[in-house]
Amino acid sequence: MTRSTVGSLARRLFASQPRQAAAAQAPDAINVEIPVPFQLHLLQEGPARESVTSREELVKMYRDMFRIRRMEITADKLFKSQLVRGFCHLYDGQEAVTIGMEAALTYEDTVITAYRDHATFLGRGGTVHECFAELMGRSTGCARGKGGSMHLYKPSNNFYGGWGIVGTTGPLGAGLAFANKYEKKNNVAMAIYGDGAGNQGQLFEAKNMAGLWDLPLIFLVENNHYGMGTAEWRASKKTTFYDRVSYIPGIKVDGMDAFAVKEATRFAKEHCLSGKGPIVLEADTYRYHGHSMSDPGSTYRTRNEIQGVRQERDPIERIKKLMIKENVMREEEFKAVDKEIKQEVDDAAAKAKDDPNPGEEELFMNIYKNDSGLKTYGCDRNMVRVQLP
Amino acid sequence: MAAAGAALAPIIENRLLLPPNAGRIRCSSSARGALVVRGAALSEESRKNRSSALKAVAVKGEAPNLTTAKSGHEILLFDALREGLEEEMARDPTVCVIGEDVGHYGGSYKVTKGLAEKFGDLRVLDTPICENSFTGMGIGAAMTGLRTVVEGMNMGFLLLAYNQISNNAGMLHYTSGGQFKIPIVIRGPGGVGKQLGAEHSQRLESYFQSVPGLQMVACSTPYNAKGLMKAAIRSDNPVILYEHVLLYNLKERIPDEEYVLCLEEAELVRPGKDVTILTYSRMRHFVLQAAKTLVERGYDPEIIDIRSLKPFDLFTIGNSIKKTHKVLIVEECMRTGGIGASLRAAIVDNFWDFLDGRPECLSSQDVPTPYAATLEDATVVQPAQIVVKVEQMCQGLV
Repeated sequence: MTRSTVGSLARRLFASQPRQAAAAQAPDAINVEIPVPFQLHLLQEGPARESVTSREELVKMYRDMFRIRRMEITADKLFKSQLVRGFCHLYDGQEAVTIGMEAALTYEDTVITAYRDHATFLGRGGTVHECFAELMGRSTGCARGKGGSMHLYKPSNNFYGGWGIVGTTGPLGAGLAFANKYEKKNNVAMAIYGDGAGNQGQLFEAKNMAGLWDLPLIFLVENNHYGMGTAEWRASKKTTFYDRVSYIPGIKVDGMDAFAVKEATRFAKEHCLSGKGPIVLEADTYRYHGHSMSDPGSTYRTRNEIQGVRQERDPIERIKKLMIKENVMREEEFKAVDKEIKQEVDDAAAKAKDDPNPGEEELFMNIYKNDSGLKTYGCDRNMVRVQLP
Repeated sequence: MAAAGAALAPIIENRLLLPPNAGRIRCSSSARGALVVRGAALSEESRKNRSSALKAVAVKGEAPNLTTAKSGHEILLFDALREGLEEEMARDPTVCVIGEDVGHYGGSYKVTKGLAEKFGDLRVLDTPICENSFTGMGIGAAMTGLRTVVEGMNMGFLLLAYNQISNNAGMLHYTSGGQFKIPIVIRGPGGVGKQLGAEHSQRLESYFQSVPGLQMVACSTPYNAKGLMKAAIRSDNPVILYEHVLLYNLKERIPDEEYVLCLEEAELVRPGKDVTILTYSRMRHFVLQAAKTLVERGYDPEIIDIRSLKPFDLFTIGNSIKKTHKVLIVEECMRTGGIGASLRAAIVDNFWDFLDGRPECLSSQDVPTPYAATLEDATVVQPAQIVVKVEQMCQGLV
């Protein structure tokens, strides 16, 4: 046979396979099945039910998820010892959503989320030390200690925060997508919100505008089924969020399966960038902690429910089992990795504890841009207190 | 009330500044329905105790008249609010509560704890997170006569409902030529807390004070919290009741018998003659802390908790200024556009001739509240700064 005949034969043989099968030709590729089917709204076909990954990616995903878990548990301890004050909303249980999403995005894509943002910050390349320093209000924190737990940012990696008001990520996310379209960037914007926020009017307004102007915007709903103390069925007439709007397609995803989230995000990104407009992803996930550290999390749900999800759907256990099955790592190697990451997180906390508090001049800085030379007065407006450098 | 007028008559010189019903404060709230009504002026008993009152740190001119030490019951502020709300809901079936997690969860600050079990899910309604709409819904219901109490989980969230509160609640009585009334109470915790971050440390009294048609009151003790809650619910006007996120666990002994306070009245916390200190909400407690030091150093400040942020009780405030000729406002609002800014203008307009110097004001810095603890403390007025200011004023240094 001539080379061209072989070539055309090969093309015909592989033409009907999904595109990533071509990548599966790589020697160390591992195929991961996605057991829970995707539920689709206004879509003929959905994401692939099989994800192709590699040893490196699996190890990275495990490490990243475990790091998030350790960071949130440590944040819990820091809050209880009053090093972290105010509000602290923890993400443990939901790790697969952020890590799965980041596996399909790049740092050129823009991400914005609400107050449960420690893990999203880490997923966007933030360090545990920066996060802890911000939580403890030190000047080395990512917002110089002035933002706190709900206001983590990383503009260099296109992470736009960290917001306290529920639902605010809808319009702001539309703005990020609008900018991407305006500047003709081949990137998506990801606006993340929760099931509680799903009833905010501003989200419907944002969805209408995104649909009207075909903005490259992915709405990601982290549905952990409780809006603080109110279960989703007590707050929403319609308890699904991916099909809320009749003109924007949506996909419902098992949010405890990092690969399901990865495939769905990949599909959504392609959808947006091919000019088809916005799309909604609903990740069915769960948070082990209460809404925040001031909420015990057990007055509106049973401990059995929390335990049940932890035993059957925990995202980290799931990926660990997969890695053991595929001989990526052995049990002892996991113990070593866990110990290493725990040490890393503890070291970051210890380092952040010793970091300096912001100085008094920080109080008046960053109100405006170009504030050099601005004079500010004390509370009685009599004497100049600080002249900004 | 008549006793109040008689007690103050010798001090009042300029009768033009008296309200139409001279000697009485006209209250819009139907205090008539209550068994006991407290006035703002000194009772006969505490006038007799004037000399010993001067030595005390804070004599509550309006303290409940407890004849025995054990009458009344001790209560925390959030529970006093709950008691007031529960009493009004039991008394009037049209009173209902709307807000996030007010029902089954019991309220994020426990102000509505147990009410859903007692009155049902419709009267204590758990809403989805949609402040704009459920505030609007509360206003719409109030237009038909229901007395809704809308809770913002944090006052800052009510910014999403600004249009509803300003245009729909505040202005409807006027734009309809008096045909509709909005007997709504909008309440929630605000103010600078302990490291809650900028978005959750807002002082909405600054923003709403310009809206005509709204009444605004701020509670600061369990006693006035319960009284103002009841008065606000009975009022036929839209009332915003400002609670403070750090005052919910204040403990005080309040009367067992029913009482309702007047919404438009200020509270004379400590009589004095050197300087008038006007304050409200959390700053009242900082002023009292500063007063301990000031009294030790021989100063005699008159402390008034203005309570009514809109309209100001210029009657009580004016009488005080005529006595002391110096006024200091201590507020938690920011310098620009806060309650202090409006109060200073009102004082200059009305009592210019009685002032020895300009009205002084200590306010928070014009900055978003930072998260870091040291920076946050530097944002708000501290007791030490109040002491310094009063000393400067009394020594003629400002």
